[in-house]
Amino acid sequence: MDKITTVTSRTVVLPVENVDTDQIIPARFLKATSKVGLGTKLFADWRFAADGTPKPDFVLNQPAAAGAAVLVAGDNFGCGSSREHAPWALYDYGFRAVVSTSIADIFRSNSLKNGLLPIVVDAAAHAKLLAAPGAEVAVSVADQTLTLPDGNKVSFPIDPFARYCLLHGVDELEFLLTQSDAIAAFETRRTNRA
Amino acid sequence: MGADVTGRVAEAGARVRAMKPASGKPRTMFEKIWEAHLVRAQTPDTPAILYVDLHLVHEVTSPQAFTWLRERGLKVRRPERTVATMDHSTPTTPRGRDGRIPVLDNAAAMQIAALEKNCQDFGIELHALGSAGQGIVHVIGPELGLTQPGAVIVCGDSHTSTHGAFGALAFGIGTSEVSHVLATQSLLQSQSKTLAVTVEGKLRPGVTAKDLVLAVIARLGIGGGTGHVIEYRGSAIRALSMEERMTVCNMSIEAGARAGMIAPDDTTFAYLKGRPRAPVGAAWEQAVAAWRQLPSDDGAVFDREEKLDASTLEPMITYGTNPGMGIPISSAVPEPANATAAKALAYMGLQAKQPLLGHKVDVVFIGSCTNSRLSDLRAAAGVLKGRKVADGVRVLVVPGSQQIKAAAEAEGLDRVFRDAGAEWREAGCSMCIAMNGDQLLPGQYAVSTSNRNFEGRQGAGGRTFLASPLTAAAAAVTGKITDARELR
Repeated sequence: MDKITTVTSRTVVLPVENVDTDQIIPARFLKATSKVGLGTKLFADWRFAADGTPKPDFVLNQPAAAGAAVLVAGDNFGCGSSREHAPWALYDYGFRAVVSTSIADIFRSNSLKNGLLPIVVDAAAHAKLLAAPGAEVAVSVADQTLTLPDGNKVSFPIDPFARYCLLHGVDELEFLLTQSDAIAAFETRRTNRA
Repeated sequence: MGADVTGRVAEAGARVRAMKPASGKPRTMFEKIWEAHLVRAQTPDTPAILYVDLHLVHEVTSPQAFTWLRERGLKVRRPERTVATMDHSTPTTPRGRDGRIPVLDNAAAMQIAALEKNCQDFGIELHALGSAGQGIVHVIGPELGLTQPGAVIVCGDSHTSTHGAFGALAFGIGTSEVSHVLATQSLLQSQSKTLAVTVEGKLRPGVTAKDLVLAVIARLGIGGGTGHVIEYRGSAIRALSMEERMTVCNMSIEAGARAGMIAPDDTTFAYLKGRPRAPVGAAWEQAVAAWRQLPSDDGAVFDREEKLDASTLEPMITYGTNPGMGIPISSAVPEPANATAAKALAYMGLQAKQPLLGHKVDVVFIGSCTNSRLSDLRAAAGVLKGRKVADGVRVLVVPGSQQIKAAAEAEGLDRVFRDAGAEWREAGCSMCIAMNGDQLLPGQYAVSTSNRNFEGRQGAGGRTFLASPLTAAAAAVTGKITDARELR
């Protein structure tokens, strides 16, 4: 995994609650056996008409959205299926952070393993972000802060180990592999107890 | 699998001792299972390392994980604790003359071939398409007796919560975590909070486990269980069969809870006894003794509790685009509370205050890991027997596994469905996730026994009403949303 320490970007605002992973990446695109290129299918059914032409009223199809790396969405983002294709698609499209008032458990866990920051803020900070689409924000992983368009900083929670992995570009599997002695000891302990 | 069974039995004994509370503090079932699987406890800087007893694998969320293992030159640490099947992208169309199920979709065929190769290369038991053991991953685990009380069970699928019906800690994981479990048989996890959902009283006739769980989700809301593991408790839960308990636990994730669980009891043990992978003889007795220690202790503290009265519940149906948007079937569509709810009604083509009874239905889907077991098929067949599917309605009945298909055929349920004018299919996820060609056309309305009514879930532009097998079968007969209790 690549290191991620800061993200400075304009926002894209999608003021919809309970955005589920079937919207983020519809199931028909899960037949891939790699994770490359899923960004072209991100939000496919909201972004494109049945004939494949972009829907002009969808926020990602508006010129102001180009190049933005921070998605601000409604409460309970990423609910539903465990498909890691959802953070893969968001990351591949160019997003590096998702900001909401709450983020679904499995999506949050999957995002952290792919360098996509799941950022939960309170309703007041969220309201400011919703009111200022396209405004520039800055995220610091080290400080666990999000600088709002008005210059105020709000802190966000992040699991300390996930934070360490993001800052150092460590992936969890590398860490788990260093624990193989402890795992073997656990297996032995269990067998001997019987 | 002899060594495997012996291994499991050895563990059962170990668990009896592990279940004894160290401090005498009453513990929840979740805490007991969690603590018994700690390779390393959580610290301020690191999550816990949790050992996994059973890893279920399917074709859609595993190929990248196997690729990463190959890239790093890693093996599967415990292939004997890993079982694979094919279900999500597999066709459910009838077999050819050669007895094979043809796969016409190239991408699906590649995914299926990849799983076959991965299982062969890494030494993993596979219940392949067309084989007698194939089926929806959450249906075959319990069917084989692999799903056992006290176990930690994971799968790259959010409906892994189903297995919690046996008093297991079972939850869905992403593909990165699939690679972690393949390589280390362990996961990095932070401990969840606990939520007791207590349901007392007796369900009225015609009100099913599906209605019960839809009512729970309507109460909690789609995000209401986030960060929690649910334990379903109370007399109404105790009275459920294992298949009904699986329906309830299956949909825990639809309230945002990663896992749902029910304490094991004599109903659980009766279901498990004699299944292919269940312990036998003295080992069985030892295992049952250990499993009896699992239920939450009296006085155990949950972080949160919700209570429902089963005797007041009605058959439930959803009207919106998430499973939390459910109402009693005779109710009218509620006023949208905000822009997101208004967007959902617009997608569904519904108006506030409109009754759902009598609403037109184009397709009925009976299947999925929520409601594709033998008792579900019997309930639907009970409604369809001697009746015909309404003109213009397409009805798909998709058994959860090849074993269920065979059992249903042995008692003539396939003939009931076929005679009524329904399609009787091969086993798989089918129109629940619409990856395999079984899908709604844009604008069509379905009454579905599956678990998700998200926009486009059953096919782009399709519109889903989630309900029980009884309600689905009643809609098949009338072509409208119908209260099965009032079907003449």
